[in-house]
Parts: sequence; C-alpha cells; structure tokens
Amino acid sequence: MNNRMSNRLFDGINLILLTVSVLICLAPFIHILAISFSSNRAVTSGEVTLLPVEFDLHAYRSVFSDMTMIHSLGFTVLLTVLSTVLCMAMTIAAGYPLTKRGLKGKKLIMVIILITMFFSGGIIPEYILVKDLHLLNTIWSLVLPGLISPFYLIILISFMGGIPASLEEAAEIDGATPLGILVRVVLPLSLPVLTTLSLFYAVGRWNGFQDTLLYITKSELYPLQLKLYQLVQNNMITDLTANEGPGVTRAAPESLKAASVMFATVPILLVYPWLQRYFVNGVMLGAVKG
Amino acid sequence: MRGIVYLRRYWQLYALLVLPLAYFFIFRYSPMWGVQIAFKDFNFFQGITGSKWIGMDAFREVFHMQDFYRTLRNTLMLNLLDLIVSFPAPLLLAVMLFEARPMWFKRLSQTILYIPHFISWVIIGGIVYQLFGTQSGMINNLLDRLGLDAVPFLTDKTWWLVIYLLTGVWQSAGWGTILYLAAMTGINRELFEAAEVDGAGRFKRIWHITLPGVKTTIVTLLIINLGNMMTIGFDRPFVIGNKAVLDYSDVLSTFVYRTGLESGQYTLATVVGLFQAVVGLIFVLSANFASKKLTDEGIL
Repeated sequence: MNNRMSNRLFDGINLILLTVSVLICLAPFIHILAISFSSNRAVTSGEVTLLPVEFDLHAYRSVFSDMTMIHSLGFTVLLTVLSTVLCMAMTIAAGYPLTKRGLKGKKLIMVIILITMFFSGGIIPEYILVKDLHLLNTIWSLVLPGLISPFYLIILISFMGGIPASLEEAAEIDGATPLGILVRVVLPLSLPVLTTLSLFYAVGRWNGFQDTLLYITKSELYPLQLKLYQLVQNNMITDLTANEGPGVTRAAPESLKAASVMFATVPILLVYPWLQRYFVNGVMLGAVKG
Repeated sequence: MRGIVYLRRYWQLYALLVLPLAYFFIFRYSPMWGVQIAFKDFNFFQGITGSKWIGMDAFREVFHMQDFYRTLRNTLMLNLLDLIVSFPAPLLLAVMLFEARPMWFKRLSQTILYIPHFISWVIIGGIVYQLFGTQSGMINNLLDRLGLDAVPFLTDKTWWLVIYLLTGVWQSAGWGTILYLAAMTGINRELFEAAEVDGAGRFKRIWHITLPGVKTTIVTLLIINLGNMMTIGFDRPFVIGNKAVLDYSDVLSTFVYRTGLESGQYTLATVVGLFQAVVGLIFVLSANFASKKLTDEGIL
C-alpha cells in the first residue's frame, strides 16, 4: 500500500517536472509569437509576455509585403531543394560502390574519405578556393563545398551494407548491371535511411549560416538566415547603444523582428512533427557506426 | 583477361565514384594544400603558389598576439563550462521521460523537447535578444514591473556567460535524450521486474538499474565531448556574442573570421585555423585512445 502511494507520488512529481521542462522549451516561442501579434505600442512599453496585447497583424502584413523577404524565402527554398538533391545524388554515388566487398581500391578510397572527417584546411583556404573558382555570390558557393558529408556517407554505407547480398545476386543472375541493381533493388530498400539523410542535409542547409556570411555579399542572394541575422544585428546595436543616452532610434520595430523570426521558424515547425521519427532514426544509425 | 572481366562487370561502380572523388579532392583536399599559406605572405594577386615563403614568421606573430590567447582560453572555457552545464541535462531528462507514465504524454513531451535542436542559431539569437535584451527584453520588462532594476544580461560578461550556457542547455537537452533513451529501452525488462518484486522503489530502480544500464553511453559521450574541446561552432558564439562581451565571446572560430575575412589578414587567420585543427586532431585521437582503453570500443 505504502509502495503504491510512493509510486503515485513519484509519477505525479515526474509529470510536473516534465511539464515544466516542456513549458520552458516552448515559452520563448510563445513569447515571440505573442510579440509578433501585438501592436508596436504594447511591445515598446513592455506589456507583452506570453499573450498578444492589442492583437494586430501589421507585423505579418509588412513581412509578407516585403518583397526582399519573400524573395529570400524563395531563394532559400530553391537552395535547400537543389543542395539536398545534389547532396543525396553524390552521397549515393559514393556510398553504393563502397558497399561492394570485391571492389578493388575500396580501402584506399575509404581512407581518403575518412581523413576528411578529422582534418580540414580550415575556413580561410576554403574561402580562397571558393573565390578562385569564381563561386562567390553564386548559389553554388552554398551548394558545392558541402556536397558530401563523410559522416552521412558512412551512415549510408553501413545501412546499404546490411542489405542481404542474396537479393543483389539474384538480380545479377537475371542480368542486371550494378547500376540497375542500385536503382531497382538497393535504393527502394534503403528508403528509410535516404529519407533520414535527405532531412539532415535539408535542415543543415536551411539553418546554415556561416558559409552564407562568408560567400554571399549581394543582398538579392541573401538566404533567410543571413537576412534574419541583419535584423538580429540591428537589435544588438540598439541594445548596446542603449546605455549611451536617449536619442537613439530603434532599427526595426520589435514586432516586425518577431514576425520575421516566426516567418523563418514556421516552415521547420510545420514539417518537423511529421518527420520526427526519421530524424530520431538518423541519430541511432549514426550511433551504431559512430 | 581477369582484369577485363572485372572491369566489364564493375566499370559502372568506378564511374559512380568519379564525381564524389573529384568532390573530395577539390573541396576537401585542395584547401588542405592551401594551408601552406600559413607559411607564406599571402595575397590574392600572387595567389597561393605565387606568394612569398616566410617560414614560421606568421606563427611567431600569432603566438605573440594577446587576442589569440584570449580566444584560445575562451574556446576551452566555453566548451568546458558547456560540458559541465549541458552534459547532465539530457541524462536527467531521459530518466524522466523513461519513467513518464501515460505513453501519449511521453511522446508529446519528446516531440516538443526535440524542437529547439532544429532551430538555427541565428533564430535562437533573435529570440535571446527578445527575451534578455536590456531595453525591451521580456525578463527585464517583468523585473521592471516588479520595480526591480534592469539586469544587463547580454552586455555584462558574467551574465552573458550564464545566458550563453542556458541557451545551450535549452537547445540541446531534449535532442540529447535520444541515445540515452535508446540505451534504456535496451535494458533487460526482467531486471526491473525482479527489483520490483524485491521491493525496490522507483529511485532505487533508477539508481541501480537504469543508470548503470546507460553507463557505457555516458562514458562514450563524455569522451567524445572531451575530444571536441578545441572545436567550437561559429554560429553560436558569433550570433549570441556582441562587442560588449568580446572578452568572453570571442573564440577561435570567430577570431579566424575576424582576422581573416574582416581584416584581410589571411595568413594569420590560416595559422590560427591550422593550430586549431592540429591541436583538435590530437584531442580527438587521444579521446579515441582513452575510449578504447575504457570501453574496449573506439569512437572513431
């Protein structure tokens, strides 16, 4: 009886603690959401906490009527799709041959790939390379340098390597070429890992910031993250100059910034819950090998 | 003859490898070749090969820079503090999730707790300023309403450090539970049942069964983290940091960016990058060695 009571107590406390954790996790988003739906006056006078004050859509109206913002979103979508497709094509092209046991030179190629996981030239030589290839201020500067992640490649190889060889042999006896086997047998069986890796590539590209800062200076090629960074940056400057006395004007209204943040976050929040299990699978696959 | 048969059978596989290998040579190996500018007086007109050799001069200059030691210290300090603050959180959260009763509640909590992992640092930076800004941040608004003075969360070094670390916990704690939860699900059910029969309470079961069951995971993750002490992402310190707290927020990655791309001192920045890469490699290799000793399993 006593045991049952303490069990219940434990469950109750655990539930409360978890609920608090979940709320801490969500509160920042709710606050930003509330700001984005509030009037400028209410935001500036600091009345907004977790609920909108003086409900107002002006911030979203200006974000959606800001053509540079829409353009940036369009560019980011294009960039993400293009780089995900190319990354996957290249990763598959590299991964499939390396699952073949009999392939001559496989060891050497694996070593060539593995070395890049532990050592890199660094930002500056990479920047010089991109500049020398005349890729600065092109979409390719954000696509080509990251085509294959050695880490994801290894996940793919270990997954494909687990496909029963008998299936491929059967196809080979039927006269299929290696390429035919890849397309008709291996890829359909690898669908879960392909989805997972595509998602990782896509999220990485969508959220990627450093390379956009390095390689893109033309504002019409600003991906969302870089565009958003400019807003955050303005935020910082007003915050820093705040101590220097009055007369400092704000860069952009807070509600507009909040709406922009939501604008860049919502696409992720919309797709994420449906794809969650693929992301989780990816972590497991990585852990098995890594 | 065997060679011809072999090629006829496998040429497609080699054809597939052509572009990926070209990628690795162009985008991964040629920058490594480009590292030679650390020993050269690099400028864009003469290019990598044309620039003059200067031996170790740039290294000597870097090792005399105050800023270099400051960023090196900050890199290690932020990583170490991050490890201390952020490492226990996922484990604690995983235990709570593992014990959580109604299944739907557990699932829902997981879904929500994973979200911050998918939010870019730029967005998190924006959120941080909305929450902790001195002028109009939510927290300071609340303090103001209580009649308290504003706290310079983002412009005071120590406060900034606290915010930096808490943001890290917020972003990574949920996602970090995945590996622990997987390990916990792998624990033999019978152990729990036997403990229950023996009258062990929930805390006892957690202490004697759940935690020992994830010991290997803990040790492995700890070693990986220690191995990455020299590696620090660029986005987080760059976006959350600001001029007022440069004393703490300036790390190797942001330093390389500033000296290289903002001031155009490519050689010096390459030296710093190379130093970081080499020392980082030593860290990772030692971590792997330690892992082999401790868990009979390498992490590489």
